[in-house]
Amino acid sequence: MAVKDYIRERFFPHLWCPGCGHGIVLNGLLRAIEKLGLSKNEIVMVTGIGCSARIAGYVDFHTLHTIHGRALAFATGVKLSRPELKVIVPMGDGDALAIGGNHFIHAARRNIDMTAIVMNNRIYGMTGGQFSPLSGCGVIATTSPYANIDNDFDVVELSKAAGATFVARTTTYHVKEISDFIRKAILHEGFSVVEILTQCPTYFGRKNKEGEAADMLRRYKEITTPIGSDAKKENPDLIERGIFLQKENPEYCSEYNAIIQQAMKG
Amino acid sequence: MAKPKLKQHLIKRSWCKGCGICVEFCPKHVLELDALDKAIAARPEDCICCRLCELRCPDLAIEIETE
Ligand SMILES: Cc1ncc(C[n+]2csc(CCOP(=O)(O)OP(=O)(O)O)c2C)c(N)n1
Ligand code: SF4
Ligand code: SF4
Ligand code: SF4
Repeated sequence: MAVKDYIRERFFPHLWCPGCGHGIVLNGLLRAIEKLGLSKNEIVMVTGIGCSARIAGYVDFHTLHTIHGRALAFATGVKLSRPELKVIVPMGDGDALAIGGNHFIHAARRNIDMTAIVMNNRIYGMTGGQFSPLSGCGVIATTSPYANIDNDFDVVELSKAAGATFVARTTTYHVKEISDFIRKAILHEGFSVVEILTQCPTYFGRKNKEGEAADMLRRYKEITTPIGSDAKKENPDLIERGIFLQKENPEYCSEYNAIIQQAMKG
Repeated sequence: MAKPKLKQHLIKRSWCKGCGICVEFCPKHVLELDALDKAIAARPEDCICCRLCELRCPDLAIEIETE
């Protein structure tokens, strides 16, 4: 199927701002699904609230647009009742790790088979540019006009420590990595996290003087490097991209099913 | 595999928001924004069909059709 067959064309042009990275994440996700050759009926996309969460409206899969921070909780219910479906959960950084932080670590701890995509623009886009737990020190936001003093989470380290079994990171500049990592995350059996640095030119870009969308993309190229590169040794401030973890551990739905079988024996 | 040959750039003008990402990162400087801030293929003969514009467009507005 072609990419256009996976979207709800009637809702386009979409409502994201010009140059918003969320659209590039959508683009890369569609390429991953196309390459996997999945049918629309095999996929469930569950989202919470945020500009990022609007992605569920644009894809022609089974979709649930739920409440802020709770997408993974709804997704857990869906997956436990229909474990044969592929469950994809795109979230904003606020949705995933501010209000939704608790759901995030526990879904990872259970190693339930789903693909969490953290669309990290380091700001609350939808509500007007407040800082999030992924903004980091020094960031200017509506709620930190003199610079943010809160440390940020490292999504990769957090996910690994919490028990995720597939963890990757890339950016909206690196579009081929987006589709490659999402494809591998979907194939992986267990809790997969793909963090994608994505530009919000309207709030993050404007407040932090990072220029237009294209300037923000170019910046992603400059401030990141593949895992283990020589450049990283020379400049430790570079953010690494790639697949950080991919390991087999018992998956939650399979374990749950095994317990049911055991209980049925009496 | 033979190199893909360009048939045309399919640009949905009503979906394009003129962000300029495709223009900025086309390795062959094929694309431009017109007076209405919509992407156009100004030099299609230079296109190498790498599809980077198609993959990076946040609005799914541009598609490379090959022969
Ligand atoms: C329970 C609840 N609290 C707060 C809000 C207000 N709210 C809506 S979206 C949002 C944050 C959006 O930021 P993020 O999740 O990072 O996504 P983005 O918009 O940047 O894509 C907040 C706080 C809400 N809708 N529901
Ligand atoms: S406010 Fe930011 S995140 Fe929201 S659509 Fe606009 S650019 Fe994207
Ligand atoms: S990247 Fe897409 S939306 Fe942006 S100018 Fe090019 S065609 Fe238009
Ligand atoms: S396919 Fe490649 S060369 Fe052709 S217009 Fe797009 S980015 Fe430029």
